[in-house]
Amino acid sequence: MVGLVIVSHSWKIAEGVVDLAQQMAGDYKGLRAAGGLEDGEIGTDAVRIMEAVRDADEGDGVVILADLGSGVMSAETAVEFLDGEVNVRIADAPIVEGAVAAAVEACAGSSMEEVIQAAEEAREMRKQ
Amino acid sequence: MAGKVYDCMKKIGDVIIENKDFLTDLDREIGDADHGVNMARGFHAVEEKVPADLTDIGAFLKKTGMTLLSTVGGASGPLYGTAYMEAGKVAAGKETITADEFNEMLLAAIAGIQKRGKAVRGEKTMLDALIPAQETYAAKVAEGAGIVDALDAACEKAHEGIEFTKTIRATKGRASYLGDRSIGHQDPGATSATLTLEAIRDYLKSNS
Repeated sequence: MVGLVIVSHSWKIAEGVVDLAQQMAGDYKGLRAAGGLEDGEIGTDAVRIMEAVRDADEGDGVVILADLGSGVMSAETAVEFLDGEVNVRIADAPIVEGAVAAAVEACAGSSMEEVIQAAEEAREMRKQ
Repeated sequence: MAGKVYDCMKKIGDVIIENKDFLTDLDREIGDADHGVNMARGFHAVEEKVPADLTDIGAFLKKTGMTLLSTVGGASGPLYGTAYMEAGKVAAGKETITADEFNEMLLAAIAGIQKRGKAVRGEKTMLDALIPAQETYAAKVAEGAGIVDALDAACEKAHEGIEFTKTIRATKGRASYLGDRSIGHQDPGATSATLTLEAIRDYLKSNS
């Protein structure tokens, strides 16, 4: 199955999004959080993201969802460092809704392309 | 280049750490008030984790870049991390650096920052200090100036670059959320980049 890595400046957000998405995705084992810095401070860490991607990969690829600013920049750095070791892409999607949609899609055994599409379509979800 | 790479990096770290509150205050005006805190945390980690006896400048800068990537936390982590790592590629296997090689390192660092930040000159970023500084450095070296004199001229241009960032609006990073309200404030990244160049110059001045 396709793995999912949730990147946020806040480890609480990353862990919380993983919990929320997991609730919708049954026994899906591909969700990983890469939030905050090693010491719990607010920030993003390209090395932690890289490790989470390796850990989430079962061989079917990994999709990253990142929050604002350096979340995306650190994720891009991690992708570059992995240098093709894992088939990994960053979805251009809102992190909460995108993660839920992507987890539901991934746990159904969908392809990486389909998981990314599900995450990115979450942007169109209206609240009212 | 006279002196040792660890001592030069220690000087950069000391200057960044001394200016922690100043950089954070600048960032409070137009950003998320963490630039100084983040950079200081990164350079404390560099001092702790990068071995002082590593004399291969390329390997030293690679380790420095990796450490900044994983400890700074904000966008300056991947930006400075990439800059040091790209400069390190130019210096791979070298224990000394010529004035020309230092120019190549500056160019590589700037290219790395541009790639990582998807920014160009004129967007109120560190590039507004670094690009004119590099251009002036290269011109001075071409005229036969030594590394310290060329860096002196480069630092002057970097300062002009900081002043220039006050006159323009930010289109990259957190400051871009402010739009026109970012005008009038100097860019924290351009400031830390200038402090870095000055630290290198001052180190070389007192060790050559």
